Amino acid sequence: MSADTRQDLNSSRAPASQKGQQVTPSGSDAAGYIGGLVSVNIDGKDHKVPLGTTILEAARQVGIKIPTLCHHPDLCVAGVCRVCVVEVENQRALQAACAYPVTAPLKVKTHTAKVRQARRHVIDLLLSTHYGECYSCKRNNNCELQTLANEHGVDFYRFGHVTESQYPIDRSSYSVIRDPDKCVLCRRCVRTCIDVQEVGVLEAVGRSDKTRIGTYLDKPLGDVVCINCGQCINRCPTGALHANDASDEVWRAIDDPKKHVVIQTAPSPRAGIGECFGLEPGTPMTYQMNTALKLCGFDKVFDTNFSADLTIIEEGTELLMRLHKALVKKEPVALPQFTSCSPGWVKYLEHFYPEYIPNLSSAKSPQQMFGAVIKTYYAKLNNIDPKDIVTVALMPCSAKKFECNRPEMDSSGFKDVDYGLTTRELAQMIKEAGINLPDMPKGEFDDPFGTATGSGVIFGATGGVMEAALRTVIELVTGAKVESLFENANITPVRGFDGVRYVELPLPEVAPDVIPLLAHLIPSWDFLKGATLKVAVAHGTANAKKVMENIKAGGQFSQCHFIEFMGCPGGCIGGGGQPIPTSPEIRKARARAIYEEDAACEVRKSHENPAVLKLYHEFFTEGPCGHLSHKLLHTHYTARGKFIG
Amino acid sequence: MTPVNSKKTPFTFESVEPESGLRAALGMSRADIIGEVSACNLRGRGGAGFPTGTKWNLAAAAKVKAGGTKYVVCNADEGEPGTFKDRVILSDHADMVFEGMTIGARAIGAAVGILYLRSEYVYLRPHLEQVLERRRANNLLGQDIGGLAGFSFDIHLHMGAGAYVCGEETALIESLEGHRGEPRNRPPFPVDTGFEGQPTVVNNVETFAWVVCVLSRGAHWFKSIGTAKSTGYKLFSVSGDCREPGVYEFPLGITVGEFLEKVGGQGAKAVQIGGASGHCVPASEFGRRIAFEDLSTGGSIIVLGPGRDMLAVARNFMEFFVEESCGQCTPCRVGNAKLLEGVEMLQRGECSMKYLQELLGLCETMQLASKCGLGQSSPNAFVSIVKHFKDEIMGRTLVH
Repeated sequence: MSADTRQDLNSSRAPASQKGQQVTPSGSDAAGYIGGLVSVNIDGKDHKVPLGTTILEAARQVGIKIPTLCHHPDLCVAGVCRVCVVEVENQRALQAACAYPVTAPLKVKTHTAKVRQARRHVIDLLLSTHYGECYSCKRNNNCELQTLANEHGVDFYRFGHVTESQYPIDRSSYSVIRDPDKCVLCRRCVRTCIDVQEVGVLEAVGRSDKTRIGTYLDKPLGDVVCINCGQCINRCPTGALHANDASDEVWRAIDDPKKHVVIQTAPSPRAGIGECFGLEPGTPMTYQMNTALKLCGFDKVFDTNFSADLTIIEEGTELLMRLHKALVKKEPVALPQFTSCSPGWVKYLEHFYPEYIPNLSSAKSPQQMFGAVIKTYYAKLNNIDPKDIVTVALMPCSAKKFECNRPEMDSSGFKDVDYGLTTRELAQMIKEAGINLPDMPKGEFDDPFGTATGSGVIFGATGGVMEAALRTVIELVTGAKVESLFENANITPVRGFDGVRYVELPLPEVAPDVIPLLAHLIPSWDFLKGATLKVAVAHGTANAKKVMENIKAGGQFSQCHFIEFMGCPGGCIGGGGQPIPTSPEIRKARARAIYEEDAACEVRKSHENPAVLKLYHEFFTEGPCGHLSHKLLHTHYTARGKFIG
Repeated sequence: MTPVNSKKTPFTFESVEPESGLRAALGMSRADIIGEVSACNLRGRGGAGFPTGTKWNLAAAAKVKAGGTKYVVCNADEGEPGTFKDRVILSDHADMVFEGMTIGARAIGAAVGILYLRSEYVYLRPHLEQVLERRRANNLLGQDIGGLAGFSFDIHLHMGAGAYVCGEETALIESLEGHRGEPRNRPPFPVDTGFEGQPTVVNNVETFAWVVCVLSRGAHWFKSIGTAKSTGYKLFSVSGDCREPGVYEFPLGITVGEFLEKVGGQGAKAVQIGGASGHCVPASEFGRRIAFEDLSTGGSIIVLGPGRDMLAVARNFMEFFVEESCGQCTPCRVGNAKLLEGVEMLQRGECSMKYLQELLGLCETMQLASKCGLGQSSPNAFVSIVKHFKDEIMGRTLVH
């Protein structure tokens, strides 16, 4: 398991058969260990590996590829598909390389006749129950089963092939579609949901050849406590799980001459979409994508970073007002304040911690704020009837599809965002338009929202919203430049991939004046003089759960002022709409691209974004958290609870 | 409800003095108890035949993880088709089983014992609870057992829920923990990481009873019975086409032919030894021995008379596995269904020699690549029936 998803095994809800187990050397075999290393002979060559390394890892370290299917670098061991079986000397049966820890010297053979026959049979058996044709599958050319069949020379269905659908497709969710006919029962989705996300919507149901992945009482996915994060999609080896594709609707809007179709692009897709075109993870495609989107037919291409900056102003103001209320007015206020930009996290809280809804920032996510601004301010500015505007959001996220369909997200009288597209779906649209994205010349974002700051970009990585908020809050409250506290304004303590991070920031001095934008709300910063700002960051809802349980128990995190929660491991760069596959390394590479784009930005703090300031000057004239802003930029939440009717 | 008494021979258990094994054990060091169990070469009576002394030794050496204890688990999930000897032991010799568990607890240093009882045996529960209560009252369970200061151990019952796979020890542990009954990856083994992650010994009902006899009468006595590699007596559950079905005690090493004579199964066409997961032995091989080194069994002996249709026999077993596979690993989940399909094709006279060869190859894969013993042994019956009765099964013509 990787650092950012590793769970405390004792707190994991996964059954032991589905999770990694600690390995201790058995006493009598101590001869083979040298300083915690143990020798393993793979295909005739001796190697030393750390005690407890699996045969699979040991083989990979020396460049021997053992095929896998149920194994995933983010997940605990399952050992269920049996594709990775190898021969271990003195063992009658073959052993699953992914699940076999080396605790004593071993001799392993990875491709004997027995092994090849077993692997081939396993693939043949999986294909015999795998309904569907590759060319009508979302995962065509990016399917692990297809790759295995290809690599193992499958050229006929040895044990037959199902010719009729066995299960209906579940299209009940706005975000995630399940096609159990294509499921190979690797249970990656089960382990993802229960271990990485601690949601536990999916579980194996039934026995033997009737086994399938099911939900509670077989309810449709749209009716259970699924948070729409799509992490299961990212780890599904086949097409059994995919996002609810909106590209047909988006094409239809583009093709309609009466419609003014605008797209906003979030920071994470630009760091990931290159992977769909064969580029290395972490190759930014920001400006090539702008050109490609215009070629696809979008009328305007905007940068979601603009509304990320707007979110920081609204959410930051909300935080400062909560603190003011608590410390000066001594009124009861829900603290810590939680971020609300990750719709997966928001739904998680609505289901599992509804009593903490008051702690959620009422600020809409950048996606929704942008939609609301486009259908009001932008429509007026350009004299377009909002009913003729179609807003599309390019997001790294499957939960954004649910978010834009929340019934409360239409306070302008029009749906804020009409369609959410995932990175994968946009890549497919670009390909359909005959465009090879990496070949595109660079193009700019469109005005009037063309200016965005580095703070908006880093929203894509875990800790980014917190860093953006801190850049602004520190400068507004202390009057000092962030650069005087953190080199290049990089607030590194909140960065990284540790599941939960906690940071304290003392505020020894405060600015003499409150900036005009906020002066009518908060008369003076004196109440924060000498205070210590306590913040925390958590990503992946399993980590969020740890923080929430700590808060419930009155622990360290209950004393925080502001906590950033992201539904997905790694934040948005690891979102459920990002290119498949995902791994800790891939997420790190995408995050690097995000931080590089931030470092290259001329303006790096949300409150310095001239376009945002102009928007307040011309439209939200009452300022942040004012009447109009409350109507258009803020929202409310629904206590859903865990119980399903 | 009182089950029919199906004992067909006297059991050694009847002649061993109650609590004599435990008394002996309480006077010995832990190492000596394990030494005795190792020396007698007692092998697991559930069918796999793992040496009990070795298992106990590993569990005794394993370290307890913080705040826990070691466990002794009695596997009374007797689910192999054609086996019912544990039911008889639990009905008539429950004290002996608990006595054996207590000796095991003393040997490995466990404080908690669990008897995992097959759901269909729920009628035995009041009886077993009563026996446990009496043992507690007699200081044979609880604190300072038998006056040995510091030796505390108690046993509780846990009901199974009807899955055959929960007889597999790691699936049994999963079930004990409240999860789906699915086998774990091994290693780590239960002796190191078992119930609640703690060192756990899981032994069959009969094994615990024999431990008592061994401690009472000595390893040399036990070793003098049976063969060199398969020492001692074994209980057999006999069913099928014979005059005297029931539970028998014989020394290991008895030939199939001798066995058939004793149970009134002369003239049998074949004998299924080891239940659905065992092997089908044809008449030409009735000289083979029932022992771990030849024909291993957990006790199930099913006599197949001359009139039996071997494809119907194979189908019956395959239907069982298609019902009982846990569905976790591919070879077992899909493989058994494919074998059943194959048997049905054979029955219709529609299975080509070529496809039959493919299926036999699949059987090999299942035996080698399945995650646990269920999948690894489920093709055995099919393979042996195809091997020994090829003419019969390939001789089908289409019935119109």
